[in-house]
Amino acid sequence: MTSIATKPPKSSASLKHRLAERGIDARLWLLLPAIALALGLFVYPFAYGFGLTVQPLSSTVDTYGGGIFANYVAFFKDSFVFDSVWITLRLALPAALFNVVASIPLALKLRRRFPGKRTLQALLVLPITLGTVLTAQGLLIFLGRQGWLNRFLVDAGIVDEPVQFVNNYLGVFLSLVISGLPFAYLLISSYLSGIDPVLESAAQTLGAGWGARFRRITLPLLAPGLATTFILTFVLAFSVFPSARLVGDASGSTRVLALMAYRSFAEQLDYSMASTIAILMGVVELIVVAIVFFGRSFLYRGSTGGKG
Amino acid sequence: MSTSAGAFETLELRGVARSFGGREALADLNLTIRAGEFIALLGPSGCGKSTALNCLAGLLPLTHGSIWIDDSQRIDVLPSERRDFGMVFQNYALFPHLTVEKNIAFGLQMRRLPRAEIDRKVADALALVRLEEHGKKLPGQLSGGQQQRVAIARAVVVEPRLVLMDEPLSNLDAKLRLDMRTEIRRLHQSLGLTTVYVTHDQEEALSMADRLVVLREGRVQQIGTPEQLHDQPANWHVADFMGYRNLLDVELVSLSGADARVAGHGFELSATASQRVTAGDTVKLAIRPSDLVVASARGQAPASGNVVDAVVEVVEYQGREFAVDVTTRTGTRLHVRSDFAPTAGENVRLSVDPARAMVFSSSLDSEAAAELAAVGA
Repeated sequence: MTSIATKPPKSSASLKHRLAERGIDARLWLLLPAIALALGLFVYPFAYGFGLTVQPLSSTVDTYGGGIFANYVAFFKDSFVFDSVWITLRLALPAALFNVVASIPLALKLRRRFPGKRTLQALLVLPITLGTVLTAQGLLIFLGRQGWLNRFLVDAGIVDEPVQFVNNYLGVFLSLVISGLPFAYLLISSYLSGIDPVLESAAQTLGAGWGARFRRITLPLLAPGLATTFILTFVLAFSVFPSARLVGDASGSTRVLALMAYRSFAEQLDYSMASTIAILMGVVELIVVAIVFFGRSFLYRGSTGGKG
Repeated sequence: MSTSAGAFETLELRGVARSFGGREALADLNLTIRAGEFIALLGPSGCGKSTALNCLAGLLPLTHGSIWIDDSQRIDVLPSERRDFGMVFQNYALFPHLTVEKNIAFGLQMRRLPRAEIDRKVADALALVRLEEHGKKLPGQLSGGQQQRVAIARAVVVEPRLVLMDEPLSNLDAKLRLDMRTEIRRLHQSLGLTTVYVTHDQEEALSMADRLVVLREGRVQQIGTPEQLHDQPANWHVADFMGYRNLLDVELVSLSGADARVAGHGFELSATASQRVTAGDTVKLAIRPSDLVVASARGQAPASGNVVDAVVEVVEYQGREFAVDVTTRTGTRLHVRSDFAPTAGENVRLSVDPARAMVFSSSLDSEAAAELAAVGA
């Protein structure tokens, strides 16, 4: 049998109609602003930046070799630079995970109506409006060695000397939670509102206690949303810069990639190395995102019965 | 499959009530359900029937009252997951991420049954609802009727002592609805289930239930068998629901015993008082379309003198007979039946058996309703 025999008869509609059927019509020009923006503000600078990375300083080529790819060789060979990949991941992964995990009970609890819900919600979401610099400054004033909390703890005799809350890993972690948790909470509660509550009622009438209902029904339906939320807060945390400098330990435990790129650019005046770090930062993020999305592809992603 | 060891002789709702923020959705519901009964809760939307079902299921806490099993075990204090009731929801509420088999197995897994037994029971349940070849599919891949059968299988596979159904057929098309009606009734009988079924469709309720509970604004209007409700509605609201489509405000001219004489809308008729009414009152006259027959076929005189003159407006063919809308001289529209097709604009004479023309009090106050509910129970 030839394949022609099984084909449906050729459409008798006009060319215009057939093109429209495939989504090609006159209103495609509505996409123009987006295309112009993408080209002008992303593709061109990105290509330009990549171009910079293959124009290493002669000193880099002399030290690491590798010709035009000397910057890349330097990135992987110079442990001072490469270690900051792990430093950044050590900060961003736990922070993103904490934001997601802590948001689940919040979103679950705030799904029902209760007195004071709006106030609590507003308080939860408010930090989103604070800039990172403001957050960092606040953390220093509140948690610093001379901060209110330490003064209270010392005066109350709970500790003998001020506790080191900031200018270390913990400080940056806290700032990532302050800025990331509202995001995670908002996203997860919107995913949660897409799950029909009657599913939980059904599970309940079938004998499932709240633990089983959460584990067997809510969590599996929420999981794809959790993965997406994780990725978004991870990306936010991975590019942390102001707080790593202001409330972190910029030369030690919070020597993140963004700081390294900034240092190359502003202190060593090595524009090409700074671009290389920025590009590889993106690559690391993409790897994490790819792994999470790969895992997500095994989850149920169809309708969850709700209106979301 | 048979009902579980946890089965009961009677389940009793005593003064069950539920309010939402001060608004009474269900008030003083007293009902005793005997094992094996098929009870339908019937009423228009917002009458409290779903509230009653959710209270029974434990998904809504009661505001007042209690629920007892066999007079000894109080169950309204138990959480839903420990009541051992099966529930079928209006939109099926199948778990979208689990296959049909796993949906059905869910309740059995929650009861920690051995794996082999779960597999056997799931297979039985699938066979029961004739979905053997769909076990590995996700609910989203099934049609509405199939999904509803899965929902029913999931609810009955755990052998619940009571099955609750919340308008399970309202999302299905007309033909499927009829098939599923028979199916549900068949399952109820063959499995020896005790069922509480919520619906707003009086035909569905009449055809399926052993006893009906008619609700209006959260209050019981009448409890009785389909025959009782059909032939002896307790008030005009129940009559309205039971298909007495001609409900007219008329004046009660005279009353002796149950024999009433009413007048209004340009006619005067003999009727039967079905509720306590007083002469001189404005009352409700209720007549079914099938009891109001087109008697005067081309000048043929009606048998009795209980007649209304009217003009034919709309004639609708309905298989064996015709549904005819007529207007009386004063412009009141009446729904009648005819076994021949009158032509629009024709003058006709309608006759009604005085026994089939019922007179109700026009008030639906709770006192009268309570009194009648007691009679019905």
